[in-house]
Amino acid sequence: MTPYIIALLLVFMIIGAIIALEIRDTLAAVVALAAVGIGISIAFLFMGAPDLAITQVVVEVLVLLILIRATISRDVTTIEAGRPQFVMTISVCALLILLLFSLHMVEVLPTFGLQDHMVNIGNPSFHYLSEALSETGAANIVTAILLDYRVYDTLGEVTVLFVALIGVWTVLRKKGRLRGEAVAFGQKEEDDEA
Amino acid sequence: MKPDQGMSLIVKTVTCWINSFIFLFGIYVMLFGHITPGGGFPGGVIIACSFILITLAAGKEFALKLFSLDDASVVDSFSIFLFLFIGFLGLILGNYFLQNFMAAGEPFRLPSAGTIVLNNVAIGLKVGAAIFAMFMYLSLFRLDEGEETE
Repeated sequence: MTPYIIALLLVFMIIGAIIALEIRDTLAAVVALAAVGIGISIAFLFMGAPDLAITQVVVEVLVLLILIRATISRDVTTIEAGRPQFVMTISVCALLILLLFSLHMVEVLPTFGLQDHMVNIGNPSFHYLSEALSETGAANIVTAILLDYRVYDTLGEVTVLFVALIGVWTVLRKKGRLRGEAVAFGQKEEDDEA
Repeated sequence: MKPDQGMSLIVKTVTCWINSFIFLFGIYVMLFGHITPGGGFPGGVIIACSFILITLAAGKEFALKLFSLDDASVVDSFSIFLFLFIGFLGLILGNYFLQNFMAAGEPFRLPSAGTIVLNNVAIGLKVGAAIFAMFMYLSLFRLDEGEETE
């Protein structure tokens, strides 16, 4: 059952990505991109990674909000009046589908307060709890996991922060380009559109 | 600290008293991250918060005189290279990249847990400088808005 669902999701995501690339309207492209992200999140859920699915949904919603905010001032989109009931029905259906997948995620998560999943010998968490102090010498097991067992993750996080600082620096720099040095922002966009 | 910059005298006095303790607490959280709750990320954020407190209380010019944006960028780049350097030391002296090649040592002591302490210090410097620099860039942007529109 699960491989077929993942295959269906893959087809859905590929179609969404092609639509996002090919469509003329920027806002529609952003919405198609968001559909791809939601597909990735549901695929994570079916592959047994609920924490990744939650992260993907949160990042997707944030990116969608930022992109819509960025594009909606650029393109003048007209919302056609009429058919509010149709839009309402579609929205309620989408929310119900989301709720269905969320219920599935609750089933995947371990029961609150249950310690059975820790006691299983061979589980990584059991190994961390019993061996971390003698292997790393760190009394704080969270730090031992972050900076010894999973130090690649920490390197990635530090790199993300570094790149974010470079991005902030580039966008919000004190001195802009001089007019003779390079093409101004507005002019370049006009050239791209033409 | 000029009297006409920043917030009121009460805020400035309280900041003078309390700020060094916040800074020391940040260093403590950073250094003792392998023994007590904490680590490089929260320690760096606390250190950045002490500088942000100076900025809010005494104004941007005073804070930038203490720790300029060039200093922040130097500390930021240096500490990420320190982290990578420790990782490559693990590759050279040990077996693989980012290996904890130093001895585990006696638990509950400051020089224990091998490279975890050094990594914590590198991450703390990195996070502190980066968050302070981001705060300053975001607040300086508003100052120069008038110049950019011309």
